[in-house]
Amino acid sequence: MDRSLFRFILRYSKWEQLRIAPLVLATMVVYFFSLDLPKTIINQAIQGKSFPSPDAKAPIFRMVVTLPHFLGGETLRLFEGIELERLPYLLALSLIFVSLIVLNGALKFQINTMKGWMGERMLRRLRYVLLDLVLRFPLARFRRVKSAELATMIKDEVEPLGGFIGEALISPLFLGGQALTAVVFILYQHVYLGMIAVFMVTVQAILIPRMRRRLLVLAAQRQLQARHLAGRIGECVDGVVEIHAHDTSNYERAEMASRLGVLFRTRFEYYQRKFLTKFVNNLLAQVTPFLFYTIGGYLVIVGRLDIGALVAVIAAYKDLPDPIKELIDWDQERLDVSIKYGQVVEQFTIEDIIPPEMQRVIATPELPRNGSIVASNLTLTDDSGTPVLNGMSFEVPLDQHVAILGDHASGRTELAQLLTRLVAPTSGAIEVGGIDLIHAPEAVTGRVTGYVGAASYLFPMSVRENLVYALKHYPVSEREYLDKDRAEREFHVHEANRSGNTILDINADWIDYQSAAASTAPEMEVRIHEVLATVELEETMFEFGLRSTIDLDHRRDLADGLVRARQSMLKYLSEPGVQGLVERFDPLRYIRNATLAENLLFGTPVGATFDIGNLAGNAYVRKVLAETGLAADLLTMGHKVAESMIELFSGLPPGHEMFERFSFIREDDLPLFKELLIRVSKVGLDRIDAAERDRLLALSFKLIVTRHRLGLIDEPFEARILIARRYFAEHLPKEMRGAVEFFDPATCNRALSLQDNILFGKIMTTQAGASATISQLLRQVLDQQDMRSPVVSVGLDYQVGVGGARLAVADRQKIAIARALLKRPAVLVLDQAEAAMDPTSQKRLIARILDHSKGRCVVWVLQRLELSELFDQVLVLQRGRVMEQGRFAELRNSGGVMHGLISKG
Amino acid sequence: MSLDSEVELIRRFPLFAKIDLATLKLLCFSSERLTFEAGQVMFNVGDSADAVYILIDGYVAITRPTPTGPVVVGTLGPKEIVGEIGTFGDVPRTATITATSRVDALRIAKDQLMSIIRANPDAALELIRILASRLASTTAQLTEAMGNRRG
Repeated sequence: MDRSLFRFILRYSKWEQLRIAPLVLATMVVYFFSLDLPKTIINQAIQGKSFPSPDAKAPIFRMVVTLPHFLGGETLRLFEGIELERLPYLLALSLIFVSLIVLNGALKFQINTMKGWMGERMLRRLRYVLLDLVLRFPLARFRRVKSAELATMIKDEVEPLGGFIGEALISPLFLGGQALTAVVFILYQHVYLGMIAVFMVTVQAILIPRMRRRLLVLAAQRQLQARHLAGRIGECVDGVVEIHAHDTSNYERAEMASRLGVLFRTRFEYYQRKFLTKFVNNLLAQVTPFLFYTIGGYLVIVGRLDIGALVAVIAAYKDLPDPIKELIDWDQERLDVSIKYGQVVEQFTIEDIIPPEMQRVIATPELPRNGSIVASNLTLTDDSGTPVLNGMSFEVPLDQHVAILGDHASGRTELAQLLTRLVAPTSGAIEVGGIDLIHAPEAVTGRVTGYVGAASYLFPMSVRENLVYALKHYPVSEREYLDKDRAEREFHVHEANRSGNTILDINADWIDYQSAAASTAPEMEVRIHEVLATVELEETMFEFGLRSTIDLDHRRDLADGLVRARQSMLKYLSEPGVQGLVERFDPLRYIRNATLAENLLFGTPVGATFDIGNLAGNAYVRKVLAETGLAADLLTMGHKVAESMIELFSGLPPGHEMFERFSFIREDDLPLFKELLIRVSKVGLDRIDAAERDRLLALSFKLIVTRHRLGLIDEPFEARILIARRYFAEHLPKEMRGAVEFFDPATCNRALSLQDNILFGKIMTTQAGASATISQLLRQVLDQQDMRSPVVSVGLDYQVGVGGARLAVADRQKIAIARALLKRPAVLVLDQAEAAMDPTSQKRLIARILDHSKGRCVVWVLQRLELSELFDQVLVLQRGRVMEQGRFAELRNSGGVMHGLISKG
Repeated sequence: MSLDSEVELIRRFPLFAKIDLATLKLLCFSSERLTFEAGQVMFNVGDSADAVYILIDGYVAITRPTPTGPVVVGTLGPKEIVGEIGTFGDVPRTATITATSRVDALRIAKDQLMSIIRANPDAALELIRILASRLASTTAQLTEAMGNRRG
């Protein structure tokens, strides 16, 4: 990357800059004429110098060139011009003046547009280059950089560079040209006045940059401080658990406040100086007109300067300070962004950056499938120069499973990373099936090997997307674009090319089915289910699927299957032992395991209209309650619930967990309800205002008969709710029809989860063991209907959250292993990938994975050495050397290192 | 049966006798009402003790494993408490409880019970008293058993 900003600009935007230059020169010419024209208008047309007599005529557009003396000094009359009388002459000149201004504006518009585009292209290029560098950082580098700082640099710090790059060469040309034109013009009008202008401009040009020198230092400080602040915020987020666990939030506050304080001082001084400089600059600019008025006015009075010339000079000077000021600003910005650029580039300049050829796109590289891994004399020294691996040599056939044992100082993790070339050795060689792994491009290393560490990263997308992530090496098949999309795509490619971005299409199909031994999308799905079964995640995905709510309109097949499963479930639910475990959604019965609100609605809200939380605020719901005579009773009930809640929860210490788990009223709202009850006791239930009424109603809506045994809903009351339920459905206004989806035994409900759609009712929570029995039955029914696999597929759309946070740690690891298995690498390396699981699952899981990888090489760094009996052979490491290699059974009793480890453990 | 009658029921147990009514009501409110069918297992020997059950209606059999197979060592009926001691220690269940008829029970989870005991020193003292008397009777039984063997 270029060390100097200007070299970067010249290298990549030279031609674009050159294309703008002629336009700039053209504006200068136009500008000069627009300065000169007022003089002609005033002197010739208004004051009438060209019109000695009333019917005299003067020419416009006359083009006369007088050749210099050495060419003969002849006067060439190119065009005689058009003769006009005085008034038309004035009009014509004025029109020309207007056209010049319009032309000047149009040219400026064109220049600005081109500059803007160029700046944006260069910004895009710069950001892309930086991102590209990040992707080529060696892993060790990431131990020293904070992700938040990288993000600020690429996002914020280079942002002003884009704006400046557009101005980098054009502005000095444009502004300098403009200033020069003005100066030349003034000099041409009057030498002394011109000299005054030149003198003042020189003072400005020398003084102001001097005053600004300190500003630059401050700007640089500000940038670094802001970047560190960003880094620190990132640290706080990453370490938030420690902050809470150790009660250090106030320490963090103090730290942040101190940083903000330092930043404040810097910015404060910056602004103070900035405004002072501005003040001086403006002052200097205003002094000159003062001189023009006095001196120029004097010259006009004594007759040594005509008035038209003075007006023109003042007009020209009016335009002079601006370009000068902007030129000075430009210079300031130049220094500023050069520093910024330097500071950013410095962070991205690394000696051992991975060369770009290593990451070039190779569709189908030559991959070894047989032979062996041959490591010879592998040596690795860490940052501090300490040797981690000491001349390690071994050979492992590519169809064997190898366990690696050793303590944390044995170099086991480093070896795992070397075998996948995540780290390059200091010296030595690794060959896999005859291919030199150390110098092979990532297209080879990333496909021939697979790596799973002890804590793998999952991207915040669905489980399925995380799994196929490992297959996205290159666009396997291009996407076809039609009509408008095609034009859009062509534009995108064109622009990407112009700013040096890759033109690989993100919308193409990147999933390399062949790596996963599939040829079509359905086959791919089968492969995914296989690896999920191998890592024992299939059941989890099934559960996710059951709990998912999906757009069934686009999955008619699934919807039909669900309805079939529902019918089949219904039959089972009438069998002895299961009978009564599910309370079906029956329009003629009150569902005692559902809330009162659910009973009233007898459906699921679509959108916000009938949002269960705000049901009491809905005008139609209140109308239904009033019409069916329930309003007053429900209000009384809500009042009783409030009384009970206050009685039950008032005695609890603040922040008690019971509030959250059991109370109808949030802890913070308790005082509010206490006041409300006092008000009710004073004015009565029928005199409280609408908000208070809704609040009490909302409480009664939450009641579940079986769970909240407050004795408030009896059978006659249930019957009344059923009447209201019918009324609600029958009188529902047309415009609200879409806002609720009623329970209908014959169709799927889009707002219910798959499981609820099949059960079509609520599990009887009061029946011991109901959940377990039903869940088992559900599986049985889905298996019979061949629905298990589609449900698992739905579960695969589960979003894993940031870093996989919505999954258990063990499940995260399992997905990472499944991801590596899916691409079927010749060498699968796992570095304590089993650590997050419990001991019994570890053994089972390893056995399953080894079985899945039969005939392919697996290298597993194990935490527990007895697990190595599952492997073909064992490598025992100690202090960066291979101490023993052989079968577990042999090494166990050999009296060697392994023997020692076993007897010690 | 509503909350109030549940409160009336659990007040009779010495463990809860010293706790004020409002707290008992909260304890009942945060508990679950469960129905067990005849033959259904409430919990198995060796399970972790996560709750106390109060029988409201119906009978259960207590079964203990012996070298010669499980043996029924007793039955419990309405208004009796099941599994209260194990719940306070991290001891696995020492017996299997099976419903012999349809059983209606109140299940008080360990977390809730613990937080009530923690907030009520009187209840804690009562618990110590119960445990001490059980220990005394166990010791007496043991002494007697050993005396028998010697004699």
